[in-house]
Amino acid sequence: MSNLPIDPAAAVPVDTESLVESAVEGPSTDPAHRKKKKFVFVRNAKSITGLVILAVFVVLAIIGPWIAPHNPNDVSLDLLAPPSGSHWLGTDHLGRDVFSQLLVGTRSVMIVGLVTGVGATLLAVLIGVSAGFLGGIPDEVLSALANIFLVLPALPLIIIIASQMDNAGSMVIALVLAATGWAWGARVLRAQTLSLRGRDFIEAARATGESTGRIVWFETLPNLTAIIASSFVSTVTFAVLSQTTLAFIGVTSISDWSWGTVLYWAQANQALSRGAWWWFVPAGLLVAVLGMALTLINFGIDEFVNPRLRLAGMSAREMRRSGIRPRIGFTARVRNLPRTYAHPTPVVSAGVRSSGEPVATTSDEPKETVR
Amino acid sequence: MKFLLRRLGFYVLTAWAAVTLNFFIPRVMKGDPVQSLINRFQGQIDQDAVHSLYVLFGLDKKQSLWQQYVDYWKEILHGNLGISFAFFPTPVSQVIKDSLPWTVALVGMATIIAVVLGTLIGTYLGWRRGTWADSILPVMTFFSSVPYFWLGLLFIALLAVTFPVFPASNAYTPGMTPSFSFAFLQSVVQHGFLPALTIVLSSVAGWILGMRNMMVTVGSEDYVTVAQAKGLPERRVMYGYAARNAVLPQVSSFALSLGFVVSGSLVMELVFSYPGIGAQLFAAIGAKDYPLMQGIFLVITVAVLLANILADVVYVFLDPRTRQEG
Repeated sequence: MSNLPIDPAAAVPVDTESLVESAVEGPSTDPAHRKKKKFVFVRNAKSITGLVILAVFVVLAIIGPWIAPHNPNDVSLDLLAPPSGSHWLGTDHLGRDVFSQLLVGTRSVMIVGLVTGVGATLLAVLIGVSAGFLGGIPDEVLSALANIFLVLPALPLIIIIASQMDNAGSMVIALVLAATGWAWGARVLRAQTLSLRGRDFIEAARATGESTGRIVWFETLPNLTAIIASSFVSTVTFAVLSQTTLAFIGVTSISDWSWGTVLYWAQANQALSRGAWWWFVPAGLLVAVLGMALTLINFGIDEFVNPRLRLAGMSAREMRRSGIRPRIGFTARVRNLPRTYAHPTPVVSAGVRSSGEPVATTSDEPKETVR
Repeated sequence: MKFLLRRLGFYVLTAWAAVTLNFFIPRVMKGDPVQSLINRFQGQIDQDAVHSLYVLFGLDKKQSLWQQYVDYWKEILHGNLGISFAFFPTPVSQVIKDSLPWTVALVGMATIIAVVLGTLIGTYLGWRRGTWADSILPVMTFFSSVPYFWLGLLFIALLAVTFPVFPASNAYTPGMTPSFSFAFLQSVVQHGFLPALTIVLSSVAGWILGMRNMMVTVGSEDYVTVAQAKGLPERRVMYGYAARNAVLPQVSSFALSLGFVVSGSLVMELVFSYPGIGAQLFAAIGAKDYPLMQGIFLVITVAVLLANILADVVYVFLDPRTRQEG
């Protein structure tokens, strides 16, 4: 839709230039070199940190209910007790163990995150890619739909829908969140599909008579992997935040434990004025740490796609020591560092090859070191 | 001009979509809760009000869907949003009229502060990429993933309960009559400080990160290199060349993320018992006050759309390319 003020290339953190550049540099003949590059994304320090934290949460979601020291609903005589040996994070107004409540609640948070992420991403791919690919009137209609969902304030809408269902469970919440949270991903995917559609390898695929379905599935989608992943990750963040908020205001069923439910009970029983910090601080910290892990993963993906955001794998101190003054306008690269930007997605280079053009081998160009 | 007209068309479409959604939601769900509430207040509600509730919630089964839709629009355009059950017998429009100014002033002010502050900090961080400035990013990530209301809870615990510097709830000292006297305004500022701080701190991170990434991307454009090669002062290149172009996506993302910021602020009001529209929304949830909920959703949507139109006007002002089009 051309009436949007956003230049697609600017709105998307991906700059197409780097994709093209890497496509040209792409094919490297050294197999050992290529093998190393496969794990580029994982070797990024930010994404490693994020993935490790996320893995811990996933494990907790699976084994949480088993390793919880108490039943989260068991009432005891230690009312509102501060953290101690038997209750690591203290107890609430009924003497229930807060630590166990959080452990048990992790599962429903992760399930809502996962279901929303998958559902919303599927919708986003379906709508975004078809809008970008079809063009014309279908594109106008689909983009308008996505923009409407983006502009509408989602939370009040979700609240209205959720409150009309009695005691909405995790699944219902996840589906409502997926139905309202797909728009951003669709918009980003559409912009990227539009820029891919005009590329030579897609033209070539069309010229060789490939069906539209095949072009979409095997030529376009693999090139959108990074963006799909990043949109999935941000949808999960949105879902976790929204679910916590909804549980906190008591729209969801209060008998299902989640981090937001713990906060709901804390707020409803004046944890603040009673000074029961152990009741509400840990739950919010968990949300923040999970959100931070997801954002770090997204940073990793962004840097993987847009080399300009990268820091040449050096910390500020290392740079100063080796006399590099980082300046705007240059991406500092270091000679002996493994080249991490050659293959954002291997398929791009395959596409270039399939277009039959001679592939320029510039992989041994001198690497500039900015001094 | 053409650009603005197209945008205006889009907003009309969005407003129509919001009203239509509002029309269909109670019809797809079961209408029983509203029916039972009407029954409960039987005899206390006058006949006109009962009729408007029937129209708004689709209890009028005799009419065709189309006729219901037309009637619905008539009620909305007359500003008739039904009667609030939580604040019976006040009309929904009156409840909203009383609480809206608080929210608009608080959220509006805090959002403007957050955007300006975030953009300035982001400009600097993007320009100084690769120095110590990058170590601020993880902290920013943390703040951008914290739920608004939880940050509010922390502030209350720290600055209102443990160290009672600021009041924990309400918008002004209870018992005072709203006026433009100095004492009252002082009380308003004092009460609004913590809520505003919450909004600013939790939303500023997003603006910083967005602006920083745009600065880094714009920074490697040729015109920035040329400006530097010409020997222009660094400050001039930074603000006049790089930031000026990097700020454009920031304006459009302002429009898009506004809905999110407003949603977060609504919950924050609940935590601070701020008498704004968010607190009313949650009172409405507690009382299963559907007319009020739907009225609030409509009003919030209209407010967000108006802010979007404003952002578009600013965009046209900043970017000459959009003016050339028409």
